[in-house]
Amino acid sequence: MKSNLAEKCDYVSSTNACKACMSLGACIAFKGIEGCVPFLHGSQGCATYMRRYLISHFREPVDIASSSLGENDAVFGGGPNLKQGLVNMINKYQAKAVGIATTCLTETIGDNVPAIVKEFLNEAKVEGAGGKMPALIQASTPSYAATHMEGFHAAVKATVAQLAEPVARHGGVNILPGLVSPADIRYLLEVAADFGLRATLLPDYSRPLDAPAGTSYEILPAGGTPLADIKKMGGAAATLSFGWTPGSQEAGRDLHERCGVCLHSLGLPIGLRQSDAMFEALETISKRPAPARHADERGRLLDAMVDGHKYLSGQKAVVYGEQDLVIGLASFLAEIGVQPVLCASGGRSAGFRENIEQVTQGLVREPVFTEPGVDFYRIAELCRELKPDFMVGNSKGYVIARERDIPLVRVGFPIHDRFGGPRLHHLGYRGAQELYDRVVNAVIEKKQSDSSVGYGYI
Amino acid sequence: MSRLIFEERKDQFFETGGDKPFRISCDKQSLAGAVSQRACVFCGSRVVLYPIADALHLIHGPIGCASYTWDIRGALSSGPELHRYSFSTDLGETDVIFGGEGKLTRALDELIPRHQPKAAFVYSTCIVGLIGDDLQAVCKKATERHGIPVIPVMSEGFKGNKRAGYYAACKAMFQLVGTGATEGIPPMSVNLLGDFNLAGEIWIIREYLERMGVTVVANITGDGRVADLRRAHGAALNLVQCSGSTMELAKMMQGTYGTPFLRVSYLGADDMAQALYDVAEFFQSQTAMEKAQDLVREELAKIYPRLKRLRKDLEGKRAALYVGGAFKAFSLIKAFRLLGMKVMLAGSQTGTQEDYEELASICEPGTVIVDDANPLELMTYLIEKDVDVFVGGVKERPIAYKLGIGFCDHNHERKLALEGFVGMLNFAEEIHATAMSPVWRFTPRRALPELEEVAA
Repeated sequence: MKSNLAEKCDYVSSTNACKACMSLGACIAFKGIEGCVPFLHGSQGCATYMRRYLISHFREPVDIASSSLGENDAVFGGGPNLKQGLVNMINKYQAKAVGIATTCLTETIGDNVPAIVKEFLNEAKVEGAGGKMPALIQASTPSYAATHMEGFHAAVKATVAQLAEPVARHGGVNILPGLVSPADIRYLLEVAADFGLRATLLPDYSRPLDAPAGTSYEILPAGGTPLADIKKMGGAAATLSFGWTPGSQEAGRDLHERCGVCLHSLGLPIGLRQSDAMFEALETISKRPAPARHADERGRLLDAMVDGHKYLSGQKAVVYGEQDLVIGLASFLAEIGVQPVLCASGGRSAGFRENIEQVTQGLVREPVFTEPGVDFYRIAELCRELKPDFMVGNSKGYVIARERDIPLVRVGFPIHDRFGGPRLHHLGYRGAQELYDRVVNAVIEKKQSDSSVGYGYI
Repeated sequence: MSRLIFEERKDQFFETGGDKPFRISCDKQSLAGAVSQRACVFCGSRVVLYPIADALHLIHGPIGCASYTWDIRGALSSGPELHRYSFSTDLGETDVIFGGEGKLTRALDELIPRHQPKAAFVYSTCIVGLIGDDLQAVCKKATERHGIPVIPVMSEGFKGNKRAGYYAACKAMFQLVGTGATEGIPPMSVNLLGDFNLAGEIWIIREYLERMGVTVVANITGDGRVADLRRAHGAALNLVQCSGSTMELAKMMQGTYGTPFLRVSYLGADDMAQALYDVAEFFQSQTAMEKAQDLVREELAKIYPRLKRLRKDLEGKRAALYVGGAFKAFSLIKAFRLLGMKVMLAGSQTGTQEDYEELASICEPGTVIVDDANPLELMTYLIEKDVDVFVGGVKERPIAYKLGIGFCDHNHERKLALEGFVGMLNFAEEIHATAMSPVWRFTPRRALPELEEVAA
C-alpha cells in the first residue's frame, strides 16, 4: 500500500495549502517580545492578510506595521520606505523593539535590510520609549523559502543572535518552545517555577496574544519576553529547546556555541514519553525531583489512559500540521493505542519521516505513512485510501472531516472555526490529559451519534 | 490622544459641522509604518472575482497569498463550488531564480483537466513581474491548449491599493463579456454588479426583482457563472452596488455595448426600496412600479413590528463604521437612522473624494469622516465620540472589544444576510445583540459604578 500511495504524489500546483508563509510565523514570534511591534518590509497586503489570519485565531488585536511599498519603491528599492516607516511606527507606538521581517517582494528586489537598518541607526532621530532607539531585530522570511514554522524559528534565532550576549552565569534557564499556544506557554512557565527555576521563555506571547480585558486598546500590549532577559540568555545554566526540525534548534545551538549554554534538545513535550523527557531535563537542570503535583498529574494521565484504552483500540487517525507538532502528536497517539495512518505536513524540513518512525517505533502495528510538503488536496486523497476514524490537526482540515463524516480533534494553529484556540493546551502531562479526554470524547461522540439506539451510557 | 494621529495623515480626516469647507485627501499610498487596515491590489482582484463559482482561481506566486484567501468569504454558490478551493503555483526558491512560467504552465495543465472549469483566472502576485514571468503569454497558450478562456489578472500587490485590484478584476471580467449568445433575454433584464452573495444575499435581491417581473442575466459576481458573464452584454441595465469594486466594469460595458447603469444599494430599508423603485422607473413600467410598491409594503410589514421593538432599546445609541468602500457607509448611516441611532465616525479604506463629500453631506454635525484609518486613529475616535457599536470587519473587531464596545461584522466573512428587508431586520438584531449585551456592564472601561457598589 505504501508504494502505491507514494507513487501518485507528483503534483505541480498546490490546492488548499497545509502551511502559511514565513513572515506570518515571524510575526507571531515577534509578538512574544516585550514592547515589540512586528514590521513587514513589503507590500501593504501582507501585513493586512496576516493580521486578519492571526486575529481570527487569537481574537486579540494584532498590530503589524508595513513599509507599504509602492511601484516606485519596488523599482528603486524599499530602503527609504523602510526607514520612514520605522520612524513613523516607533514614534506612534513608543515601541521598545521592532521585529522586521522581509517578504517575497523585498527579498526578490534584493533589499539589503541589515545595511538599511545600519544606515537608519546612524541617521534617524526617533522618540521611542524614553526617547531611546528600540531594539531592531531583523529576520529574513520570504514566503517562497519555507513555511510559517521556519519563519517562526528564523525570528527566534534572529532575536537570540542579535540581542543575547555572553554574560556572567546567572543560573536561569532558557525555554525555546516553538510555536505553541498561549496556554502551553503559561503552563511551561508554571512548571519551571515549580522547579524553582527562573525561566526566560522566548517568545512569550501568552499575554500579548491572550490578554485579559482592560480599560483600553493597549497600543503596546503588556507581556512578552522582557528584553533585559533576552540579553542575558547567554548566561543561563541551560536551554530547553523543543522541536525535531533543524530550525527549531538553531537559537539554542547559537546560545551554546557563542555563550556556552548547555543545550537540551527535546521534542515537543506532547504525550507521556516526551513529557517525561522534559521533566527529566528539568530535574537535571534544577537538581531537584519533580514536584509532587506534577507526579500526580502524570499518574492521573496514566490512570485515564487505562480507563479509556478500549475506546481507542483499533482507531486510525490522520495527523497534519507543522512538522514538530505532528511528530509530537504521532508520539502521543501511538502511546494511547491509536494508529496514526498518515502524518502529513506542508513543511519540508529534514528528518520528518525518520522522526515519526522513531517516536512510533514499537507501539504501532502498521508502518506510519508520512508525507512532507503536502496540501489538503493530497491529504484528502490519502484519506480516501486510508479511511481514518478521526483527524487531529488545525481548523483547515475541517473540509475533509466533513466530507468523510469523521471527527476532527482541533489542535495547534490556526483554529478558525472554534472558540478558544489560544487556550488549547497540548504540552506536559496536563496537556496530554486534556488532549486525551478530547480524543476519547470525539470517538465516543461519533459512536453515540452514529448509533440508532441513542445510548445515554457509554 | 491627538498624539496618535499621524501628522502626514491629518488631511485624511474631516469633522462635519464646523465652518470649514469639505476637504479630504484620499486614494493615496498608505503611510509607511502606519498599521493601515487596507490590503493590496491582489486582495482587490481576489475579492471581486472570487465568487465566480465555476472558474478556476489560480494564484501565481509563493504560498502566502493563497493561504490567506482560502475560503474566507461567505460568498455562496447554488451550484459548483470551485471558488472555495485555494489554488496556487506555490513558487519556491528555484522558481524565483529561474522563473515561474514553466511551473505555471504545468499547474494549468494539471488543474484544468482535473476540475473542468469554464474559465481560469490567473492572479499575479508581487514577485511575478519581478522574476520576469510573462503571464499574458502563458495564459494565451493555455487558452489555446485547453479551449477555455485563461485570463491573466494583473494584480501585483504593490502596484497601487485595493482599488487598483478592482480595476484589474474588471478588466479580466470584461474579456468574457460579449463572448456569449444573448438570444432569449427579455427587455426587462438586468445584471447585478457588486454583490457577492454573502450569506445568500443575491438570492434575496433576485427574488425581489423576479417578483417585479425583472429578469437577472448575470450575477457579478456573487453565485457567478462564466456563461452568464459572457452574455451579460445582453441585459438592458446594469445595477451597480458596492460602486468601488465593479463600477469600472459598468463603465466599460457602457462604452462598448451601451449598457446603461444605475448605482444602487440593497442595505437598509430605505435604500433597498429606492433600488427597486429606480429599476421600475428605468424600465418605465407602471406594472413593475406597482409590484415594487406592493413588495416594499409587504416586506416592511413583515419586519416592522420587530424593528420597532428593537429600536426602542437602541434609540439614542452611538455608532461608528469603518468599511471597505464608502458607498456602503451611506446605506449604513440611513439604516442606523432607522434604528434611532447616531453615527459618530464613518470611514472607508478606499473611498474617493466624491464619496467622502457625499458622506459628509448626509452625516450629522460632529461626525468624523476618515480615509484609510489605522487602529490608533480608530481607537482615538471611538473613545472620543463615546461609541456604543462599531461596524467593521474582522480586523476592527478586537479594537471594539478591547474598548468595551459592541461590534457588528459587515465584511466579506459574514454569515448573516444583511441585504434586503430581511437583511435590515438581521442587521437590527445583530446591532441589538451586541449593544444590549450585559457583558458591557462588566468590562473594565464601561463597568457601571453601581455594579461596583453592589459588589462592595
